[in-house]
Amino acid sequence: MTINHYIFLSVALFCIGIIGVLTRRNMIIIFMCIELMLNATNLLLVAFSKMHYLAASVTDAATTVGTDGQLFVFFIMVVAAAEVSVGLAIIVMMFRNTHSIDVNFLNRLKH
Amino acid sequence: MIAIILSALWGVVMMFSGIFFKRKSTAGIIAVLGIVALIIVSLLEYHSYLYLPLDIKGMLTFSAFSQVFNLVAFTCTLIYFLLNASEFEEVGNDVYEYYALIFFILSGICIVTSFNTLLMLFLGIEIISIPLYILAGSDKRNLKSNEASLKYFLMGSFSTGIMLMGIVFLYGATGTFHIQGMHLGTEKPAPMVAIGLVLLLAAMSFKVSAAPFHFWAPDVYDGSPTIFTSLMATIIKVASFVAFLRLFDTAFGKMHVQWQILAAIIAAATLFIGNITAVFQQSVKRMLSYSSIAQAGFMMLSIFSLNTFAKEGIILYSAAYSLASIGSFAVLVKMKDYSFEGFNGLRKTNPFLALMNTIFLLSLTGIPLSAGFIAKYYMLIGTVKNGHYFWLAIFAVLMAAISAIYYFRLIQAMYFKEGNAEVKPLSTTYKAALLITAGLIIFIGAFPNVLINALYN
Repeated sequence: MTINHYIFLSVALFCIGIIGVLTRRNMIIIFMCIELMLNATNLLLVAFSKMHYLAASVTDAATTVGTDGQLFVFFIMVVAAAEVSVGLAIIVMMFRNTHSIDVNFLNRLKH
Repeated sequence: MIAIILSALWGVVMMFSGIFFKRKSTAGIIAVLGIVALIIVSLLEYHSYLYLPLDIKGMLTFSAFSQVFNLVAFTCTLIYFLLNASEFEEVGNDVYEYYALIFFILSGICIVTSFNTLLMLFLGIEIISIPLYILAGSDKRNLKSNEASLKYFLMGSFSTGIMLMGIVFLYGATGTFHIQGMHLGTEKPAPMVAIGLVLLLAAMSFKVSAAPFHFWAPDVYDGSPTIFTSLMATIIKVASFVAFLRLFDTAFGKMHVQWQILAAIIAAATLFIGNITAVFQQSVKRMLSYSSIAQAGFMMLSIFSLNTFAKEGIILYSAAYSLASIGSFAVLVKMKDYSFEGFNGLRKTNPFLALMNTIFLLSLTGIPLSAGFIAKYYMLIGTVKNGHYFWLAIFAVLMAAISAIYYFRLIQAMYFKEGNAEVKPLSTTYKAALLITAGLIIFIGAFPNVLINALYN
């Protein structure tokens, strides 16, 4: 597989995530779509990291090019976990007050 | 560097002191102590009396620019704490936690102003955002606060996803996260660089609430407890702008000609939408929210012009706008009625508050001798010196004139309308802090060189 396959796969996942965020009304599903977006970037990051490594290892077998990309993935995972913990707490708080997880409730703020 | 560590540690100290001290008012004292310590430490660092020999692998660079901005942000936070100490206790029971979260945000601010790799930018932005989601929803029983928090959270993590995709495409194209090591030249960018640039521009515009990515801002600012709105709309916003400027100046500065039309369009749209919508608001809180979008449009001009005037201007603008807006929000918090009618006749019931609010509003409008004027002047000079799109400068002046409509409407309500504005009791600290804020605004307006010369010591 060439790098293009990975790019297409990740961009497709990312777009599914974006479409989900923009069209779905259920908070939990929107939340899952955001996670999908983050994981699409993780996948692409690993693919690019490997690509840079393979390109550099032709000339230098002991190269460390590309490790920073792999490391970035861990940071994204950690931050995503932090976001999940805060986000689920917010959804629970919302559910306690409205007994609904429908985003259409948000329109009340408009006026 | 020490400021980052100290602010994160002080957040932990705040949380633990919540266990040992039962009185709510102690929290404000500990927080003020912490922020004073932060100011002293960053002053010492700025004059290089203090230096922590840590090997951070070039991930952060502490230039005079970032240190001066940190000082501005800390000073504004100190004033913000002094003005709002009593209001923190009214939001809820977890006063210590609110302060702790704000200290974590400050450490994030120090990171985004001095980042050197995209990893640090991402972490810094997240360290700023995640505590803010909680603060926006801190009024747990209030449905509007819940909704503000949820909306901010969904939009914030959505824009984080977009920013990450931009970072990844840049990494794919250049093979590095170091913004100085990307070596993007003046030629037409490769497709992957172009995608990364546009995604990053969109995500950062999201964070600073620039149009067309501003739609979350009015609702979130309106729904959150007023004291946290004042934090979000001022210190956080200007810190995001400094990160925005640093990223686009260092990484994409050379191919400026390729993307400056995008920045110009965003700036013009933000100015237009912010100012025009603010005119039609009935609630002062909502008016200030839209005015913060309008002011973001002015700060976008620095991203457009990217020259020395832009850099000096953004420091001046951060100080001028943060001080005036924090002051204005602090006056609003003390009012019983948040609508324009609620301010009617404030001159009679509390002449001190009316006078101070007038100074803040005049500075926000940009009347000469106030800090707001000199900040707007620098932004406009930068735009003209850029040499392209002269219409943008004219448009900005026109929009600044429109902004006078809604700021003066509030002054008119306070001075020329009959009414009985009800004000909560004011403490001596509050009055003194308000006086200092107004004094600083006039001082910066009269002697802007003090701040600018600090950038080149």
